[in-house]
Amino acid sequence: MSIGLGHYLVVSGLLFSLGLYVLITRKNAVAMLMGVELVLNAALLNMVAFSRLGRVGPDKLDGQVFALFGIVLAAAEAVVALALVLQLYRAFRSVDTTETTDLKG
Amino acid sequence: MTNMGASLFAILPELVLTGAILVVILADLLLKARPGRPTAVAVLSCLGLVGSVAAIAAVPGPGAGTSAFGVMIATDGFALFFKGLVYFAAFFGVILGLMSSEIRREQYGEYAILLLCLAMGMGLLAAARNLLMLYLGLEMVSLPSYILTGFRRGDRRSSEAAVKYVIIGAASSGLMLYGFSLLYGLFGTLDLTRIGMGITRLLAGPPTGEHLALAVATLLSLAGFAYKIAAVPFHMWCPDVYEGAPTPFTAFLSVGPKAAGMAALLRFFLTAFGAPVAGAVGGFPWQVLLGILAMVTMTVGNFAALNQENVKRMLAYSSIAHAGYMMMAVAVGSGDAVRSVMLYLPIYLLMNTGAFLAVMAVRERTGSELLTAYRGLGSRSPYLAITLTVFLFSLTGIPPFAGFIGKFYLFAAVLKAGSPFFNVVAVVGVLNSVIALYYYARLVRTAFFEKAGEGEGAVALTEPSRVMLTVLAVPTLILGIYWGPLASLIERSAGMMR
Repeated sequence: MSIGLGHYLVVSGLLFSLGLYVLITRKNAVAMLMGVELVLNAALLNMVAFSRLGRVGPDKLDGQVFALFGIVLAAAEAVVALALVLQLYRAFRSVDTTETTDLKG
Repeated sequence: MTNMGASLFAILPELVLTGAILVVILADLLLKARPGRPTAVAVLSCLGLVGSVAAIAAVPGPGAGTSAFGVMIATDGFALFFKGLVYFAAFFGVILGLMSSEIRREQYGEYAILLLCLAMGMGLLAAARNLLMLYLGLEMVSLPSYILTGFRRGDRRSSEAAVKYVIIGAASSGLMLYGFSLLYGLFGTLDLTRIGMGITRLLAGPPTGEHLALAVATLLSLAGFAYKIAAVPFHMWCPDVYEGAPTPFTAFLSVGPKAAGMAALLRFFLTAFGAPVAGAVGGFPWQVLLGILAMVTMTVGNFAALNQENVKRMLAYSSIAHAGYMMMAVAVGSGDAVRSVMLYLPIYLLMNTGAFLAVMAVRERTGSELLTAYRGLGSRSPYLAITLTVFLFSLTGIPPFAGFIGKFYLFAAVLKAGSPFFNVVAVVGVLNSVIALYYYARLVRTAFFEKAGEGEGAVALTEPSRVMLTVLAVPTLILGIYWGPLASLIERSAGMMR
């Protein structure tokens, strides 16, 4: 049995669901960011899989290029997000989103 | 393949802006601790933005070269109009930041640079014709926004707001990216026009599993746009971020990224789904879904605004409601609807920035954003109170202010759609405007009819605040009576290359 498009899609679907699950259930800001990374990677895996095995015409490489851009942007986003989480920790001594709640209404 | 030279010429506004960013970075570094540093940075940034707006006029208009770099970036009138609009928003953001004490002087350079980067991102977002460009534009707007929200280091509210923003922002852009990857898988291309052709072909055939995949992909993509314009159900970040962010940036955030997001949403739906948004796509009635989202968005925004004691927070909810009004027209998707959104946004830019400027002026003097700080403002600072009233009544949509014209065109476009559903949407919109009157008028009443408390002296306006209030209030009044030139500019630039 060879690995086909379906296999990749199942893996990425699982990653996506797990990421979403983490995002919804976790209250820790760092853990939520990890969930976001899972969702992003699921999408990028999709891109590469479709580009290699999917029904693509002349834009065959577009998906892989997209994935490269996506990796760079995910890294940039992680840098900004973790810096802000650090700042949150300095202000509240906690990264639990249920405890860091000055803003309400 | 398109000519590279022509493509470079087509992104002249971005090139000018890039040059300006580099110059500002250098100037900020070279001037170090000199006393004139913030002013010099502000002047250079404003010059850069003015230069970029001027460069827009030099770009060949629709019909000549409507697209650059293959089909990545649109240079049609629609894109150019929104570029000009967001550069103006950034212009006000730069000036307001200079006037505010919330931005520390030694950090002002960073503030201006980030704002300019954001402006470029917004322009690219409005011009994106390709899923990759759309994603890049969205992230280019988001990343500086996160940083600027958390700009007041050590401030608890600012830090909390920034983390909420980054988590919700990253999550919704992740959802959108997954939607994009499905669209790429379905149609084998990232180009919006060809995705549109693929969708037409797909829907002509018998319903298959691919229709379901298309519906899921579009729903997920919608999440990214809804977050950017702060529409329900992705609006939760909005009040917290608006309250926690530095006020000059809040003023900008409530207008600039919203305009760019609205432009991207319009282009995405009109290009990929054809105009009008064509009833049921993928077995899913998109127009109805967007219409319902619009109704829910404005109702949630207006009802939540009713009881707010913090004026900044109240304006945040009001901006959610305004996103709802504009989404009504997006749902209709006709040519009239596109033009009405294009007319509404510049007016919204003036009145909302003005309202936040007034909030900022009160905060500078009293250190408070609460409703109680506005008691007796009519006698403590008549000019501030009167201009604030102009902005608030304009936001409500009362004639003869500009907001009325904006709303009039929006509702006209929705009613012109002629279907019973959109008549209901319009009625809900009108009812919402009435609700909005309550909380805007409450602030005006507090300012004019409540006595100032003990020790609440005059609110002295600084000269720059007075000038800026005038700069924003006068067009708000004039556009309410004489909007012909703006309407004809929009008429000329509404053409969108599909």
